[in-house]
Amino acid sequence: MADRGALPDVQRRSAAWWQDKVAQGLVLIGGVSAIVLILAIFIFVAQEGLGFLLKDLDLVEFFTSPAWRPTSDEPEYGILALMAGTASVTGLAMLIAVPFSLGAAIYIGEFATGRTREVLKVLVELLAAIPSVVWGFIGLSIMNPLIIDVFDVPVGLSVLNAGVILGLMAAPIMTTIAEDALKAVPDGYREAAEALGATRWQVIFKVVLPSAKNGLVAAILLGVGRGFGETMAVLMATGHSVNIPTSPFDSVRAMTATIAAELGETAQGSPHYQVLFSIGIMLFLVTFVINMAADVFVRGGFKLKGKRK
Amino acid sequence: MVTANPTTERVEKLAIEDLTIRYGDTVALDSASFKVFENEIFGIIGPANSGKTSFLRALNRMNEMTTGMTVDGVVRFDGTDVRDWRDVYALRSRIGVVFPLPVGLPLSIYDNVALSPRLRGIKSRAELDTIVEQCLTRAALFDEVKDRLDSLGSLLSGGQQQRLTIARALSQDPELLLLDEFSIAVDPVTTMRIEDVLKDLKQELTIVLVSNLVRQARRLADRTAFFLGGELVEVGETEALFTGEVKDSRTTDYLEGRFG
Ligand SMILES: Nc1ncnc2c1ncn2[C@@H]1O[C@H](COP(=O)(O)OP(=O)(O)OP(=O)(O)O)[C@@H](O)[C@H]1O
Ligand SMILES: [Mg+2]
Repeated sequence: MADRGALPDVQRRSAAWWQDKVAQGLVLIGGVSAIVLILAIFIFVAQEGLGFLLKDLDLVEFFTSPAWRPTSDEPEYGILALMAGTASVTGLAMLIAVPFSLGAAIYIGEFATGRTREVLKVLVELLAAIPSVVWGFIGLSIMNPLIIDVFDVPVGLSVLNAGVILGLMAAPIMTTIAEDALKAVPDGYREAAEALGATRWQVIFKVVLPSAKNGLVAAILLGVGRGFGETMAVLMATGHSVNIPTSPFDSVRAMTATIAAELGETAQGSPHYQVLFSIGIMLFLVTFVINMAADVFVRGGFKLKGKRK
Repeated sequence: MVTANPTTERVEKLAIEDLTIRYGDTVALDSASFKVFENEIFGIIGPANSGKTSFLRALNRMNEMTTGMTVDGVVRFDGTDVRDWRDVYALRSRIGVVFPLPVGLPLSIYDNVALSPRLRGIKSRAELDTIVEQCLTRAALFDEVKDRLDSLGSLLSGGQQQRLTIARALSQDPELLLLDEFSIAVDPVTTMRIEDVLKDLKQELTIVLVSNLVRQARRLADRTAFFLGGELVEVGETEALFTGEVKDSRTTDYLEGRFG
């Protein structure tokens, strides 16, 4: 501090100040580039599909016709069957994944202790890391013959197959998020309820689950989003045939799988190409809404505020 | 030491025999033995870490929720070792607990207080209404919250939450009420109101009052125990302790504020 008299400390910028500024800058660049990237993707998709969607496409036919014949001489672009395919598979997947993942989360979070808990958590995270094509493979080569055998049906690639596969796929990530939500419930709540003489189940149902409600709903919504957007496993396990399903053994085709399978074979800028982009916009909007809803629930948005007088 | 209070016949509510509480290798309470009688306020005083909270946790077997906490010795509740109660939930429902840090459950104020009666199987809305109003009134909270019984209990102020937990403990209709430094978050005026309630409640139930405030113990407790670093130093009639009838000089030192 030899030059203290000449230059007071207060006016000097230390190394830490510069470090702070640089770090801030880097983080800002990171954040901005993420936003720019998402905007760019959205603009690209919108450019390719939106104009067509609004101008040239017969929207009534698009949404209400079950006929998807993009390559015939008189092409028909109805996505009703594709939406039905996606909805039925996702619906069945959630019927399976919600009870499984909530049950697993409650077991891991509330009952398992010590080693069991750690091992289970690692296993669940491992399950969540299995690539979707591997799940598709399981659907094709294990579930398919199994369904044919057990239910005595001609094809095993169906709503049932894809729903089960997708349910198993979504369950681990839902379990992890639901377990986080349970962990966020303060132990004091459990202790206070137990001190009142509540049994373990009463504590869980009357206190823990209600206070973790937002996180649990978010976990379910993220699972729905995951199911909705899943492509590869669904492509492999549904049978990929355009169909409005009337039974779980019907083959269907999902919106995502349609894009994946057909986009490579269409000429860029052709109506077929643009219709596929329109489907992409649909998917984008739906997953966007689901994610927004999940986000609102995680923050616990309206509920708490509204109740305070 | 003064032995018996001649005006009342004393029925034993709790009998503590050689109670030792450990966390792993740490001894939180070292072979304490004493009795708590029905319809008295039994005060426990002592500096931080003396084992007061640990003792309360052993009474309703809360130790079973804490990993690493072991309890040896006997706690008799109405003559029966608490560990012989097959139904620990029935045991706990007869013992009301007020924790030092208030825990308003994330339910409405009404539901916080109605939870325990509901667990007991009371469904009638009218009956629940009566219990809720009565318990909140006793905890000196009703007037402040009567217009918003539907809002979240966890959004009340610290002192209000503390009184909510007192109301909740009373809603159990307990035989034994354990209070762990209940006035820690409560203003002095409200503390006085609650203290008056406790004096009334003594007619119906037995109270164990852990307090950091020596003078509070003096105001309320019929008999008082002094814990120090896990050791039960002294038990006796409160007035006798405060007027110097003690076996151990550390008691007087603590009571007169020379340490702790
Ligand atoms: N959950 C726990 N795990 C390990 N040790 C603990 C635990 N709870 C308490 N202890 C230890 O037990 C001893 C007694 O603690 P206790 O909470 O009973 O003291 P206290 O008299 O209630 O103190 P205070 O007046 O600060 O509340 C302390 O040494 C503490 O560190
Ligand atoms: Mg304590």
